[in-house]
Amino acid sequence: MPEMRHLLSTKDLSRESAIHLLDIAEDMADVQNREVKKLPTLRGKTVVNLFFEDSTRTRISFEAAAKRLSADVINFSAKGSSVSKGESLKDTAQTLQAMGADGVVIRHQASGAPFTLATSGWIDAGVINAGDGMHEHPTQALLDAFTMRRRLHGAASRGKALDGVAVTIVGDILHSRVARSNVWLLDTLGAEVTLVAPPTLVPVDTTTWPVTIGYDLDAAIDEGVPDVLMMLRIQGERMHAAFFPSEREYARTWGLDDERLARLAGDTIVMHPGPMNRGLEISAAAADSPRSTVREQVANGVSVRMAALYLLLAGEES
Amino acid sequence: MGSYLIEGATLPDGERADLLIEDGVIVELGNDVTETDAEVIDADGLIALPGLVDLHTHLREPGYEQSETVLTGTRAAAAGGYTAVFAMANTSPVSDTAGVVEQVLSLGEAAGYATVRPIGAVTVGLKGERLAELGAMAASRAQVRVFSDDGFCVADPLLMRRALEYMKAFGGVIAQHAQEPRLTQGAQMNEGALSGELGLAGWPAVAEESVIARDVLLAEHVGSRLHVCHVSTAGSVEVIRWAKSRGIDVTAEVTPHHLLLTEDLVRGYDARYKVNPPLRTREDVEALREALVDGTIDIVATDHAPHPVEAKDTEWDVAANGMVGLESALSVVHAALVADGRLDWADVARVMSAKPAEIGSLGGYADGLVVGAPANVTLYDPGASRSFSTADLAGKGVNSPYLGLELPGRVVHTFHAGRRTVADGAVLELAEVAGA
Repeated sequence: MPEMRHLLSTKDLSRESAIHLLDIAEDMADVQNREVKKLPTLRGKTVVNLFFEDSTRTRISFEAAAKRLSADVINFSAKGSSVSKGESLKDTAQTLQAMGADGVVIRHQASGAPFTLATSGWIDAGVINAGDGMHEHPTQALLDAFTMRRRLHGAASRGKALDGVAVTIVGDILHSRVARSNVWLLDTLGAEVTLVAPPTLVPVDTTTWPVTIGYDLDAAIDEGVPDVLMMLRIQGERMHAAFFPSEREYARTWGLDDERLARLAGDTIVMHPGPMNRGLEISAAAADSPRSTVREQVANGVSVRMAALYLLLAGEES
Repeated sequence: MGSYLIEGATLPDGERADLLIEDGVIVELGNDVTETDAEVIDADGLIALPGLVDLHTHLREPGYEQSETVLTGTRAAAAGGYTAVFAMANTSPVSDTAGVVEQVLSLGEAAGYATVRPIGAVTVGLKGERLAELGAMAASRAQVRVFSDDGFCVADPLLMRRALEYMKAFGGVIAQHAQEPRLTQGAQMNEGALSGELGLAGWPAVAEESVIARDVLLAEHVGSRLHVCHVSTAGSVEVIRWAKSRGIDVTAEVTPHHLLLTEDLVRGYDARYKVNPPLRTREDVEALREALVDGTIDIVATDHAPHPVEAKDTEWDVAANGMVGLESALSVVHAALVADGRLDWADVARVMSAKPAEIGSLGGYADGLVVGAPANVTLYDPGASRSFSTADLAGKGVNSPYLGLELPGRVVHTFHAGRRTVADGAVLELAEVAGA
């Protein structure tokens, strides 16, 4: 297995590496069922959660993952810090370097910032992209794939990919790093991906994307018969930039409401990366139904992030 | 002021000749010119071009002296073989009054590396709200004839119409930065498959093309002259070609970087490649090359845009737009169009000297290298080749997209109004130039 130096995108992740990471995550998940959940693997290592954008959910998931591997965790929130006073990414990176950070988990509003951090030579630490602008959110896609694999294969998940699994992703594709990371990873793992969105919320040129694109959610549900229906969070303020006329029209046309929920095939699962807008892109009944994997996704997120931290930072010892 | 005898140079038309420069003027041109008092310069194997003229330079002074000054910017110009530059108006304070443009003019005169012709802002403060005092700038000592809000588009159609009309009073031209602002809010790179993949907000070609289409129609309607800055798309070329076929009085420029580089360079999020308008596709580059060859695009202009290191050494979204270009322009045009024979050196002299001077109403360049013309001469070694490096940069900015790239040719000597500004590839010190 090639050593993993950074985790910046799923686009450059090989099928072999992706399955390996998911398998390690299975091991980590097993540990979570023990009475003592903590492993000594990253004792003495320092992981910095460098968050330029508020995201409590992702940050605490990484924090839990690092702590369960016995790493020391420093949370660096750009809000209220020197960063908000104009300190550059470069100076922040060099500060972390001087403090001896072994791993940096970065969330940034600018697409490519984790790539810049990892390749600029400012810092030696391994870099995990925890979401950059509209670009990628690789650990989200990995935890989604992990969740799908577990629902499909249960205890026999290890070593498996997602060949032939029909995944339909619905919502704001244009602005979504979750959608991008999922598209690349799911394709790598052999799934068949369909995107459903208002035409305004799809990138203008998707000829290089390994997906089918549609605008009709009802057709996608009735004719496509997806194994997985993934609803993306829609930001209400998008309507002010004329992406769609109103929240009501969006919910009626592209939301998973109770009526559409009732028409889903027997074993279709419903996913959402959170946080959810109940009543907008997903109804309360859909979010809380047995089909929903929303809470599993949160739990699996810790296991997948443990696996990522392990692969990046435990290299020398293993 | 010294006299120089340039021996055995190759003129743009391919003829071999000696040039004698005295008192700032070309006094003799031919074979076997002898003059015992003149310093002899061996130009065997070198192309003699008329001094290059850049219609689109950001000298940054006053206000942004950390990026460039008139002095350092004209040093960069000399290094690239330029003897005249038109200084864009987005200074601080903005070059929107007679006072500021006269200051820029004076700074250029003091430096002596190149003729500096200030460009005036079209609107007060580049805000696109009301016309700047265009007439006062035209009547000032700087004699401004080119007006531009470059960096911003004159987006208001009525304001653009009035500005175009007003030019007729003194033979000026509006140089439009064609960018529909609403279609490019937050734009970071060319909109297409790659922007979708990289998650960078797109700058669609239509935002440029639609403004050019509107402006050529306005120019036709009011009978005024329009110049289009940094044309970057194949569609823009089509619009301009159509306008010219209708007899509309429009000229257009293309930058060296849009003739050579494509958006694929953005993939690594290296902000050196961030520029406005953005790098486009291979098809766009090819259309721009063809347009320069067939005359649809009239000139090459650098859009030299120096920035301090910290403005580029950062994440993509917050990085400044722009690249330095004066020092590399001739080599880039050489690589893009001369190397494969689509342009010859006479064409280069036209698109990089005579025509930009004509558009900018700058005298002394119309006839090229002829007896009696001001001695603005660039001697270029077309056989040289170099890995372009910061040592080739003579201004303050190091934000060049060509660093590490193999580029053909080298500017060996530059003469500005008979004064030597570059000797053996090195920019001379200020005392040697200003005091010469």
